Order: sequence, then C-alpha cells, then structure tokens
Amino acid sequence: MTALVFENVRLIDPASGLDAPGRLLTENGRISGIDKAGTEGIPENATIIDGKGAILCPGLIDMRVEIGEPGHEYRETVNSASRAAFAGGVTSVAVLPTGTPPIDDPAMIRLLRSRGGDPDAVTLHPYGAITKGCSGEALAEIGLLAEAGAVAFTDGNRAIGPTRLMRQALTYARAFDAMIVQHPEDPSLAGAGCATDGELAIRLGLPGIPTAAEAIMIARDIRLAELTKGRLHFGHVSTGEGLSLIRAAKERGLAITCDTAPHYFDLNENAIGDFRTYAKFSPPLRSESDRQAVCAALADGTIDAIASDHTPRDADDKRLPFAQAAAGGTGLCTLLAVTLTRVHDGTLTLPEALALLTSRPAELLKLESGTLATGARADLCMFDPERIWQVRAGELPGRSQNTPFDGRALEGRVLGTWKAGIQVFGAAA
Amino acid sequence: MSEHKLPQTSAGSSDDSLFFPMRTRHLLGIQGMHRSQIEPILDLAESYILMNRSRKTPRDLLRGRTLINLFFEDSTRTRTSFELAAKRLGADVINMSVAQSSVNKGETLLDTAATLNAMRADLLVVRHGQSGAPALLAQKVDASVINAGDGTHEHPTQALLDALTIRRHFGRIEGLTVAICGDVSHSRVARSNIHLLTSMACRVRVIGPPTLVPGAISALGVEVFHSMEEGLRDVDVLMMLRLQKERMSAGQVPSAREYFRFFGLDQRRLALAKPSALVMHPGPMNRGVEIDSLVADSDQSAIQEQVETGVAIRMAVLDRLTRASHT
Repeated sequence: MTALVFENVRLIDPASGLDAPGRLLTENGRISGIDKAGTEGIPENATIIDGKGAILCPGLIDMRVEIGEPGHEYRETVNSASRAAFAGGVTSVAVLPTGTPPIDDPAMIRLLRSRGGDPDAVTLHPYGAITKGCSGEALAEIGLLAEAGAVAFTDGNRAIGPTRLMRQALTYARAFDAMIVQHPEDPSLAGAGCATDGELAIRLGLPGIPTAAEAIMIARDIRLAELTKGRLHFGHVSTGEGLSLIRAAKERGLAITCDTAPHYFDLNENAIGDFRTYAKFSPPLRSESDRQAVCAALADGTIDAIASDHTPRDADDKRLPFAQAAAGGTGLCTLLAVTLTRVHDGTLTLPEALALLTSRPAELLKLESGTLATGARADLCMFDPERIWQVRAGELPGRSQNTPFDGRALEGRVLGTWKAGIQVFGAAA
Repeated sequence: MSEHKLPQTSAGSSDDSLFFPMRTRHLLGIQGMHRSQIEPILDLAESYILMNRSRKTPRDLLRGRTLINLFFEDSTRTRTSFELAAKRLGADVINMSVAQSSVNKGETLLDTAATLNAMRADLLVVRHGQSGAPALLAQKVDASVINAGDGTHEHPTQALLDALTIRRHFGRIEGLTVAICGDVSHSRVARSNIHLLTSMACRVRVIGPPTLVPGAISALGVEVFHSMEEGLRDVDVLMMLRLQKERMSAGQVPSAREYFRFFGLDQRRLALAKPSALVMHPGPMNRGVEIDSLVADSDQSAIQEQVETGVAIRMAVLDRLTRASHT
C-alpha cells in the first residue's frame, strides 16, 4: 500500500479543463483525490512530494513511436525507449508495426503489450499492420489484431498506395471501428526523393518530392473516407496544403483526424543544408511557409495531436551520403520541450499544448489514460515550463542519439515521471 | 614554399593568398565561392597553360605529396586530367576505382575514409554517384578533398576550366551571356557553372525540356527557356550537356531523335547565337543526340581546348589547396 501526495503543484488536466494550484493524492497506483487545498483524507504514511510550484499533468501519450524491438535491438529496446520516454514525461506510447518481423500477428500484439506492462517499462500500445508484412499487398488480420489490442492500423512510413487497397482497408476496418493511419505521401510521385522540391533540393542536387505528393494523398483518402465511412487519421502532416484539405474536411463533418511532429513545426528544410542527414525525415522537412502553416493549424485546432515520430537510428544508418542515409530522428526526450516552444511564442496556451500530448491522443486511440480523473491510473508528469536545458546528442537517455535538435537550448524540463504511482524518472522525493 | 619561380600573377604570390585564401582546405563546390576566390585560381591556371606548353612545370611543387584518385564512378578523362596535373607538379599518384576497392565488399564510405587517412594521403580527388559524398568524406579525413563530381550536386573543377576557356576566348567573363542547354536537372556541371558564372556577373540562361529544367532553378539567378530558338538568341557561349540514356527509360524524354529535333545543337540553331559564339561540352559527347558533329568539330567549338585548360585548372587547384593546408 503506497500513497503519494503531490503538494504545491499547478494541476493541469486538459480532459476536464482543470488548471489550478492544488494537491493530488494517489493510492495503490491510482489517483484517489484531487483538491485545491486542505489536508483531510491523507493517509498517515503517505510520501509527500513538494512540487514547488511545478506543473503536474497526466503522463504524456506519444502516438507515433518506433522501437527497435523486435528485430533492431541495436537501435532501441523496450528498456532504452522507456528511459527516453520517462525522461520526456511520456508514460504511454503507440508503437509502429514496422519492426522485423512486422506486427501483423496477434501474438506480436500480445507480446508487446505484455512487455509494456512491466512496472519499469513505458506502456506500449501496438499498432497493427494494415497489410500483411506491411508490404502493401493483402490486408492483415485486422479483426484478430484489434481483438488482441491493436489501438489502430498503419503500415508506418509506407503509404497505402493503391486506391483500391485503401478503400478495402477503410471499409473492412469499420467492422471493428478501427482507425486507419495513413502516411500522407503519394509513393509513386515521391519516388526516390529525399528532400522537398525547391531551391534547396536543386542546390544540393538531391531528388525532390513536391509538396503536392502530400496533398494528392490526403485529397484522395478524404474522398475514400467519405465513400467508405471509415475512420481515417493522417500521421505527421507537414504541409499547409495538406492541412487545408483536412481543415475543410473537418468543416464538412467528416471523421478525419491528424497529428504532426515537433520537427515539422520547429525546423524547416534549411536544417538539411550541407547534407545534414540528422535532419533527414520522411516526409522531408518543408519550407518556412509550410512550417508556419503547421503552427497555424496547431493554433486553430486542425491538428488533433502532437506525436514525436521517434525513429531511433544508429550512426551507421545516418553517416552516409544524404540520399542513402536513414530518415527519422529520436524525439521522446524532446517532445514536451519542443512543444513548449509553441507555448512560449504564444501559438498555444499551456493547456492546449498539453491536450495535444495527453487527452487528444487518448481519445483518438481510445485509451483510458491521459487524464487526472479520480480512479484513473496515476501516470503523471511533473515539469517546470521555464527551466532551460540544452539538447546534447550522445548524452540523451535512450540508445540511439539521432536527434535533429542537437545543441538546441530548450525551455521546459521534466522534473519527474510516475507510472501507476511509481516514480520512474526524476530526483527522488 | 617552393623555390621555383612562379609567373607574375596575383595568385602566385604568397602575400595575396593572405587576402584571398581558399575558403577551406577542401574544394567541394563552387556555391559560396566569391569572385575574389575564383579569379586567382584562373590566373594561376593561365600561367600553368603556358608552362605546360613549354614543358617547364615546377616538378618540385608537390614532391613528396601523395594524391589519391578515388573514383566510385567511371571517368577516364577527369581521372586522367587530375593524374596528369598532379604528376606535372611532382606528386605521387594512386588511382583507386570502385572495381578494385573494397566498397563492393560492403565497406562503408567512412571506413574507406579511415583507411585512406591511415595511408596519409595529402590530396583526395573524389568522384561519387551520391550528392554530398565528398563533403561527408571531408569531415573524416585529414587530406584535402577535391570534389571531382558528386551525384547531381557539383563538379567544381569543370566549372573553373569552363570559365578559364571562356576568359581566354573573350578576354573577360563578366557581362557575357551564357546558355546552358540540356539536362540541367541532373547535371552537376550545370550547377557548378551556374554558381560560378552568376558570381562572375554573367547572364545565364538554361534551356531544355521542362522535365529536365525545373522551374525553381530560376532561384539560382538564371533565366529559364524551353525553346532553343528563343534561348540561343544572341548568346556568347553555348554549353551543351550530355543526355544520359536513362532519361529515356525514366520517361523524361520520349526518344533521342525527338530530343535532337527540339534540343540538339545544329548549325541552324548555332546561327541564332552571336557570330563569335563559343560552343562547349564537358564530354563525353553524344554526337547526334545533343550536338551535331558539324558543330562539335567546327571552328567555334572549344571542346578540345577545354581538355587542355582542364589540366591547368587542376594544377592550379592542387597548388592552392596544398598551400592552403600548410599555411
């Protein structure tokens, strides 16, 4: 029987709209009381944690994470990913199915869920593959995968290219109320491109991908969602044109949602200057005007969630000529602090930003976490929104160090993380 | 500093290299190079042309230095040109081509770099099929890296030799109108030439089918044309680019005969340029695809001369880089 009392904290719970100084009590891994003052009802042997004015919010939910397990343990394991997640205040992650083997079998879902159930591991919510082997050909066993606990379906960074196949996926998934998550890039138009079409790609002599590749895929799939009445979500949307299409679809009342990743609202394509492969992403970083459009879509609510798009890669995957280098960057540790840059610059309020990291992804994936409600599991994140720190590749928690934010000074530091009432990160109370 | 007597050019004296140093000890591209960095190389190369003709090159300049030609793509003429340039200055030259190296056995580019570093090469001439590969190598080796063509990025010594060829013909570069014709999109020669010619105050036109000349390239300060008849009017210099066969298989050009019909250089089209216009080609040529034999072999063609200036330019580059890395 363990009990914790968080005192002298600012409680922010986007799910209920709570934003007030107060106190939070947990017992046996669950939240047992929230109040704004008073001392009644505190167990005698409770450990008291003095937040000294820090913010206490639900543990973050990161809905787009790659883990090296299974198949690429040299990149990241469940243990190393958990350290990175907890250091970033993240207590639940949705895991992409693109490991080796791909997660297209119910047994794989159960395995990952059980690994995430360890007390010292981040909670794992596996995605199921849309197609067998994520190979883009035949549908995977969406029903059995959903039954085993797949939170949604995606082929990761492989878009479902054939229109007929996408129609089938959206239609069939309806039987299980399953959400289809699309990588918004027309693969035949993108080809072997590795940078956004434009002046910079021309100067560097890199094959370009027009931003139209995103718009074309989003426009097509919105039409297919209308046709099929399926639940459609676009992962890591990065262009103004794509976001305009999604905004218009939402205004028409369609059940279409999307997320973006910190690098799309914090970096632009200039980060790849001089062939910097650590800033190579899929989709590629965009022009400054697209970055600003992503910020605007965060502010007006078009974007439903922020996900880190955590993609661990080792130096051998990255230290190659640009076109041959792996795409993607780590993001678990920096998710909160980079998101807070949009709070500090006035794009989002603090509760809005936290909603994009907690309650909104919980709604999309139908998770019970992501809230401070009484009775909910005590997954908690305590942070100081103004404390400054510097990102240093090589010193970040987690195995892979391929952050695109190396050297960056960020404002907002996680002080402590609790999973089910047990402290998993931060100085001991 | 070597003891041989250099001709009286501004670049030759060590005092001026304090004012116009090479930006780094590497030559990775023309982009970002200022006119004041380009001209001394041209001046020095000019003097090497004279020395080459009189067979009096300073063979002690690079004595004891090792140059490695590291070619991941086949190229006879560029490799030979660097080899000749280095040998005329007294360097020891090793040629490594991909067929002989361990790259085919799975060794990474950076492993190769570490190996070459341990061999203590002084100069590394790199050609690679991937844009940015020489820049990656340059981060990991102690040698001076010279980009001899990387993917579709840059080919700086080609642009320098083209500039010298132009200057020798017209006595100047600034103010001339230069047309670069053909597959600009996939051409490292075109990119390096655009950077160099625009920084030397030329008017640069690029001409080719829209599939091979991206509209966004106008951001580099060039005028875009999709018709030879319009683009060639009154130009001083015509630079023809080689059309790779894979452009046909990739569907960017339907056929070689259609390409020649609309974008090939024949005498009729050459007549649209100024009467004194100079025809250039980086080679190897596809006769009858981008250039008609009568034009290639005409008096207006500088194609053979480009080969001569190529050796001189590479001597000048080796000379300056060697000084830059030891001052």
